[in-house]
Amino acid sequence: MLELIDITKATPSGIHVQSASMRLEKGSLNILLGPTLSGKTSLMRLMAGLDRPTSGDIRVDGKSVLGVRVQKRDVAMVYQQFINYPSLTVYENIASPLRVAGVPRAEIETRVRQAAGLLKLEPYLQRTPLNLSGGQQQRTALARAFVKRASLVLLDEPLANLDYKLREELRAELPRVFAEAGAILVYATTEPSEALLLGGKTATLHEGAVTQFGPTIEVYQRPADLRTAEIFSDPPLNIIRLRKDGTNFVLDGGISIPVPRASLALPDGDYIIGFRPHHLYLEPPGDGAVALKAKVAITEVTGSESFVHVDFADARWVALVHGVRIVKPDETVTVYLVPERFFIFDMSGALASGPAVKQAA
Amino acid sequence: MARITLDGIAHSYLPKPQSEADFALKRMDHVWQDGGAYALLGPSGCGKTTLLNIMSGLITPTRGRILFGAEDVTDLPTEQRNIAQVFQFPVIYDTMTVRDNLAFPLRNRRVPEADIKRRVDELIGMLNLQGKADRKARALTADEKQKISLGRGLVRSDVNAILLDEPLTVIDPHLKWELRSQLKHLHKRLGFTMIYVTHDQTEALTLADRVVVMYEGEVVQIGTPTELFETPRHTFVGYFIGSPGMNVIPCAVEGDRARLSPELSIPLGRHYATLSGKTELGIRPEFVRLGEAGDLPVNIRAVEDIGRHKIVRGQVAGRDFNAVLRDTDSVPAIPRASFDPARINIYADARLIEPEAA
Repeated sequence: MLELIDITKATPSGIHVQSASMRLEKGSLNILLGPTLSGKTSLMRLMAGLDRPTSGDIRVDGKSVLGVRVQKRDVAMVYQQFINYPSLTVYENIASPLRVAGVPRAEIETRVRQAAGLLKLEPYLQRTPLNLSGGQQQRTALARAFVKRASLVLLDEPLANLDYKLREELRAELPRVFAEAGAILVYATTEPSEALLLGGKTATLHEGAVTQFGPTIEVYQRPADLRTAEIFSDPPLNIIRLRKDGTNFVLDGGISIPVPRASLALPDGDYIIGFRPHHLYLEPPGDGAVALKAKVAITEVTGSESFVHVDFADARWVALVHGVRIVKPDETVTVYLVPERFFIFDMSGALASGPAVKQAA
Repeated sequence: MARITLDGIAHSYLPKPQSEADFALKRMDHVWQDGGAYALLGPSGCGKTTLLNIMSGLITPTRGRILFGAEDVTDLPTEQRNIAQVFQFPVIYDTMTVRDNLAFPLRNRRVPEADIKRRVDELIGMLNLQGKADRKARALTADEKQKISLGRGLVRSDVNAILLDEPLTVIDPHLKWELRSQLKHLHKRLGFTMIYVTHDQTEALTLADRVVVMYEGEVVQIGTPTELFETPRHTFVGYFIGSPGMNVIPCAVEGDRARLSPELSIPLGRHYATLSGKTELGIRPEFVRLGEAGDLPVNIRAVEDIGRHKIVRGQVAGRDFNAVLRDTDSVPAIPRASFDPARINIYADARLIEPEAA
């Protein structure tokens, strides 16, 4: 088990990691989700031992590793850029950490073949990396990380430089490949959909701080605060500021929306309401929906889905609807909100009340 | 602005191409309409960048001609083609202010200062950069710098076309939404011809009126997002567009039914002539229904809850398949699948086959 205990990393250029605490279990998949410069790479460098925290402790199986040099740590890391030895064959690239460790030749052969099999590199073992596609180059880097059988594997946006479809393919394979090895896997990404597809646990990051850490789907369904909800929403979270006045949320000079039953006990006052784009509807979704008039800014159609961007009061919202739905800019449309789907944040951004989470059958 | 005509264009990087296989870009004829928004979509190595470079003048094609309006520009260098380009990484002057960066392409062309000011102010407004107009570009974030690159591409009203090469690849997901809708809005307002290269289907489909899908140096389909989604003309388009892509399942076509195995056959709703070659049916995961009743027994391997919908992965007739369910749907204990007959496409040797007229 890897424990980060209240670690902070500060340099003259700023604070990169702020009081982060996490416990990463053996055999687990852990995602670091956040935009560029939110601290994902800084956190990984601390985990790897490439950097030393300014304060706090890092422990492996209960023992501090702050004094242990990176070469002595049992870590493998893969970066966004494809990093391989250009003059070595794919086989030798994969074998290189084993040669350094003095593993017997026969065992190297077995382990390289196994890694190459898992990452579908068998046909390319005698080529050099520059004669491979980007996807194959990154598979080579991943195989080299895998073959080490490190107890901690750090993947820093490993699929970011690959084609969309290749990403889909590798994303489906990666957790399986590393889970079988029993390592602690840490995976950094900027994309909410990637975190959801990978599953496992997710830590959301904002300006170097971990805003929430828990099972991925739970963090998505029940974000602890507005930041987390925003980081974990693609398309972006729809937001509006409303005042709770008894049994209604009101907007001055405008609307009145019934407060969901579960949230009636909240004190009156200002709240920030967030709801996801697939919970903003263009057709009445059933009982309890509230109709509002909004002006269409732009429509984007992907064939399977349409994203209708609308302006309401001074907010810009996105409605994600199934199928093809083309609405002309500047047209006024009726949109439907479902209060039961609201995330209700207090003015400090903390979740005051959220939608009931359905338990899986 | 001008219409751009590709007349028998083909390109090989070899000095003496011998066969079809030597061409990185196979023969294509196409007209880009004035004011259209096009995307070139395909995996790396498909020839989309080669095609873009032919239009920008970085590459002279091995064969064919390229016309801007009526003028043959095949041998003209980039600077004489009067086009604007935006690249993956921002190309701006760090030491200049935002305003001067935007004005630069106009000052270069000796546009009167009063006109420059009007045009630059207008763009600053459209790009939501009001508060930053007089800041040095160095101090801006990556997405703001890329906004300025876009602005520099759009500032001249006299360009023939704007060519964009993966301009949003390095932008964070949240900001992509903003930049994408701004670009789309600007295109609608200013009416420039836009050709946009990307490997990201969401970008291609949402930005373009028509998407050109390329595969192994060839254009396999040109269509609206809806056409590419509903009737892919090649199994590659079915696979490449959509996430997950279309299910492609080998079958024998028997008139108005498709046989998936000796025991399993399903209705097609339409009648097909006898087909030769490798025959397959294509069905989008969105059009697979899972219920207690249905034509096909299935094995479910995994159900992935990705928030706005669920992806069900499993096997049907011994083949992997995916189904997409809405977030409110549930998977029955012993599920069976059915394919919406109106949504099934039939392919022979990877090409779409039209049904016979009723």
